[in-house]
Amino acid sequence: MSLLRNPSFREGFHAGIPFAIASFILSTTFGVLAHPVMGAIAPIVMSTIVYAGSAQFGALAVLAAGGGPIAAVLAGTLLNMRYLPMGIALGPSIEGSAWKRFLVGQGMIDFSWAGAAREGGRFDWRFMLGATAPAYPLWVAGTAVGVLAGDLIGDPDRLGLDAIFPAFFLALLLSGEVSAGRRAVVAALLGGAVALALVPFAPAGIPVIAACIGALIGLDEAGRRGAAGEPEELEELEELGELEA
Amino acid sequence: MSDVWLTIALLLATTVFVRGAGPVAMGDRELGRRTSGVVELLAPALLAALIVVETVGGSDGGIAPDARIAGVAAAGAVLAWRRDRMLTAVFVAAAVTALIRALL
Repeated sequence: MSLLRNPSFREGFHAGIPFAIASFILSTTFGVLAHPVMGAIAPIVMSTIVYAGSAQFGALAVLAAGGGPIAAVLAGTLLNMRYLPMGIALGPSIEGSAWKRFLVGQGMIDFSWAGAAREGGRFDWRFMLGATAPAYPLWVAGTAVGVLAGDLIGDPDRLGLDAIFPAFFLALLLSGEVSAGRRAVVAALLGGAVALALVPFAPAGIPVIAACIGALIGLDEAGRRGAAGEPEELEELEELGELEA
Repeated sequence: MSDVWLTIALLLATTVFVRGAGPVAMGDRELGRRTSGVVELLAPALLAALIVVETVGGSDGGIAPDARIAGVAAAGAVLAWRRDRMLTAVFVAAAVTALIRALL
């Protein structure tokens, strides 16, 4: 397949290896916690076909607390709703048919999506798929290890494994996003503040979606660039028309 | 079908939908300036929110501050020293979190 030889895909693959290792450890946690609730096979199948970390943990938490399948799916789906704005951001950068864009969207995880963000709101979708590629098999393998070795591992929280993903996202934010300039720092601070304000009482998943508000300061950025003397008023009017339509 | 398999089947359906919907709705097109200004800042805003939620959030929603805060702060200290030490930072975060839980 030509995609596998594409330089962007390969670059993404290399960038994705540290995250794949973190994924392996976290999915081991998932396997350990899911085994007593879901049995041996179901957690591995779930990691293979759903492959959505936070949603899997969210659904598991509901089932473990004795909740029904509808409540579990609702919790997991809310945690996944951030993929809607993420996908809307990603879509315009994928050339080709709707079917292809749909398939590329299935390769979207937080890490690879954020790493594929480029200047001017574009995304390198080949890089994204490359960065997801090593994490996926290790996520499945980690789940299996967790299911099989749960008795040896004991309580995963005792090992501090639940601190792995936030620490990894912090590394990602500091090494990539925030170096993109002061506006990215402000957007991150706003997004984090919105999430922190909502976490205590909003349903799981909502705080992260609401944090998209932080990105709206980008509207002002456009206005500032416009004020530098480029004749773009017409273009902006057209855009507003599109948004309203 | 048991509750577990029903959960997996339905969650699969909604996950495939939310991952595919955005790219299908937004075809191959040029972004306007305002839109790209916003889209450009989505990644930092979302990442920061994920960090907050996964550091202080409870497993079934709500807030549950604990040793993770110190672990993630320690990762921040490692990254302030060397930005490219991703795995070191992650390891330190887990170790500090585990240590505090062992002591308390």
